Amino acid sequence: MSAAVSTSARASAGWSTSLVSALRRSGWTISLLGILAVLLLITKAIQPTFGASGIQGLAISVMPLALASVAQAVVVIARGIDLSVGSMMALTSVVSAALMEGRSETAAIGIVLGVLLLGLLLGAVNGTLIVVTRVPDIVVTLAMLFVWAGCALLVMETPGGASAQWLRSLTSGPLLSSWIPKAAVVMLLIVAVIWLPIRRSRLGLSLYAIGSEPLAAFRSGISVGRTKIFAYMLTGLFSAFGGLSLTATTGIATPVPGPYTLMSVAAVVLGGVSLSGGRGGVFGPIVAVVILSLLRTIMTFLNVNTNLATVVQGFILVGVVMVGSLIQLRRSRR
Amino acid sequence: MTTTTTDYLLHAQDISKHYGAVVALRSASLAVRPGEVHALMGANGAGKSTLVKILTGAVRPDGGTIMVRGRERTAHSPAEARRGGLVSVYQEPALIPDLDIFSNLRLTETPIEPFRHWLEELGLPDLDLSAMARTLPLASLRIIDLARALAIDPDVLMLDEMTAALPANLTERVLEVLNRMRGGSSSVIFISHRMTEIGSVCDRATVLREGETVGVVDVGEGSAERIVELMLGEAVDQQEALAERHHVVAPEQRKHTPRVSVRNLALNTRLKDVSFDLYEGEVLGVVALEGQGQDELFDVLSGWERPHSGEIFVNGQQVSFRHPADAIRAGLVFVPADRAEALLMQRSVRENIALPFSSRLPRWGWIRKKKEHQTVSHSIEKLQIDTRAQGEVRRLSGGNQQKVTIARWVASGVETLLCFDPTRGIDIRTKNQIYVLLRELADSGAAILLYTSELSEIPLVCDRAIVIFGGEVVGEVDARHADEPTLLKAAHNIGTEKEMAEAVSETTTVPLGPETDEEEEAPS
Repeated sequence: MSAAVSTSARASAGWSTSLVSALRRSGWTISLLGILAVLLLITKAIQPTFGASGIQGLAISVMPLALASVAQAVVVIARGIDLSVGSMMALTSVVSAALMEGRSETAAIGIVLGVLLLGLLLGAVNGTLIVVTRVPDIVVTLAMLFVWAGCALLVMETPGGASAQWLRSLTSGPLLSSWIPKAAVVMLLIVAVIWLPIRRSRLGLSLYAIGSEPLAAFRSGISVGRTKIFAYMLTGLFSAFGGLSLTATTGIATPVPGPYTLMSVAAVVLGGVSLSGGRGGVFGPIVAVVILSLLRTIMTFLNVNTNLATVVQGFILVGVVMVGSLIQLRRSRR
Repeated sequence: MTTTTTDYLLHAQDISKHYGAVVALRSASLAVRPGEVHALMGANGAGKSTLVKILTGAVRPDGGTIMVRGRERTAHSPAEARRGGLVSVYQEPALIPDLDIFSNLRLTETPIEPFRHWLEELGLPDLDLSAMARTLPLASLRIIDLARALAIDPDVLMLDEMTAALPANLTERVLEVLNRMRGGSSSVIFISHRMTEIGSVCDRATVLREGETVGVVDVGEGSAERIVELMLGEAVDQQEALAERHHVVAPEQRKHTPRVSVRNLALNTRLKDVSFDLYEGEVLGVVALEGQGQDELFDVLSGWERPHSGEIFVNGQQVSFRHPADAIRAGLVFVPADRAEALLMQRSVRENIALPFSSRLPRWGWIRKKKEHQTVSHSIEKLQIDTRAQGEVRRLSGGNQQKVTIARWVASGVETLLCFDPTRGIDIRTKNQIYVLLRELADSGAAILLYTSELSEIPLVCDRAIVIFGGEVVGEVDARHADEPTLLKAAHNIGTEKEMAEAVSETTTVPLGPETDEEEEAPS
């Protein structure tokens, strides 16, 4: 009954006002897209040969980090943080590659599903430990960073394994037009199919609620602990997708985690998610990842020393976030 | 259902709760009949909040039984209590600031149509459901919270200080709605420090003192005095003493230069043009309805915000504050209504009191602990702060927390005290202590600017009062001889032709005015 009432209320709110408020709410993401467009133009200006194949390469290189940042965004929205994202990616990646080596294409379907379940399980362990022990998120996930990384090395000591062919083909090559990379489409589909229904459900609201004001959430009748565990499970799931994307894009797996954890935190911040919880979405961080990666590409084209490029990247991160919070401050003053 | 053991809708018996060594509830009982509005009264620290938390499932009791409709029940979470028909509205609204109202309703699975109906009843018909909760004023959030609770048609509705800091017109709508609920199938547990409200809507009152139920009173003629007696035990005479002392004070000992002069102060759209002088030795009241610019005035004077225009003089010298530290250096210190804004909740009482004067010491070098200790002990004694739980301020009751915020300025030698609704949500006994303290401070030479949402406090504590309406000072009243109806009229700015029409319609619907003085002031 409440569903019927709610739809009528939404209709009465009017399309135009809801569109305006939706635009205002995703203002940060939209301006990030603007920055991205400018950066693409700059890239094209510096390197005229940058074209469809460049976009393809960009999409493939960006995919694992984009999924990692989505994973991170979900917990940060719920006022948590997960430092074990990189380790979970490494673990799920090596498990998938080890199992797929020498197995049939159809068996790989089961393996992929199993690895996704494993991701949910890893996240559930993280979340349950935090909720039950009441040790702060950052401490628990820091500890689990070592646990999952160690497990990954137990599974596979050196890079190896294999990926099913269909999995590899999911992330390589174009779709329909040579300008549309399959990797980007697949990644956006994964995120949209999982996140959008959750975002619209009561569970999704609860994620934002416990991030925004845990006490009010508790008093509104939300189980804060259960919601938190759910948030970490989602993070585990997206990390597993990230791990699978590592296997798929490289064809093998590496047991040592890449720099994904801290980069994902950076992307989340740049992507407009408040580290104090309750604000932001998952698409902002995805755009942020592309921006960060494109900046690297531009600096490579400009022959900037790679170490210097890292320094510059850090400063740009701080600068953009500072400008963002200044804008926000202005808006709240008004 | 037809059990004869109890006709009560809600029956809590012998509830007890300990926090370590501190006993919050010894043996509290509460019996609510169907269709009644039942007041739950008690001084701060008497255990009201703990009892409410236990009834709503937020806290588990150590002992005792809770029966709902004759069946024993223990709720383990607010969600469970809610499903059992027990819904509460707290002092701080339980709305998620980062979600819009619509999502907030969805979160609690509240049906929209009844919600809209109640919003209308409560005087907020034009609310935009897609507005973010954080953008709405506190008063609206409280009304939304109440409408949301009413919308699911609860068996027992619990209102904890619902009307505190609510503007007069909204308070009235709330009381009207409660009145209409009387005699229906559901009941209301009503917690308020305002006696007039109790008198106008409640059927019976349960009084708690030191964690125990000390009496149940049928509300009617003379019940207010009985309730106050029960609440306070013996110490009832303070307010009388205060009234006497008050008349002894000679208010006309003004020096030529005022302590603080404010000229044509303006900020944003709320504060338009405010000028006044504050002299040492006086308590200057600010009479204003909610949102007339008084918040902005205090923000500017305490150095939180910089004014768009206007001048401030301290002891004849022009000043401009860029930071609260500047204001404190100029001797202007601030006591906010919200204790959480002023205190380090996780630190000890002593540290909180010592903080302002410790920070005045040279930046380098040791803090002289012994000296600090003496000063702090002195002010703890002076304000009679309950130090049983002094390790962490957040474990103190609201009244004691407020005392700590005042104590810190008393300890460092106060010159000008800016009090913004310092007695909000505080019980009568602690209120009395705060009144006495403010008077004493003024008598010893401090200048005090006091805004209060309870008009009956003005004649009790203030010498003069300025009236702010629509961001401008519209008048000044001699506070000592003003009664509440006069102040209420002044606050509505009756007198200028323009506002006459609205104001008249407003006052005719305020039946609570004239009684307040007697009941609040002198329960002899």
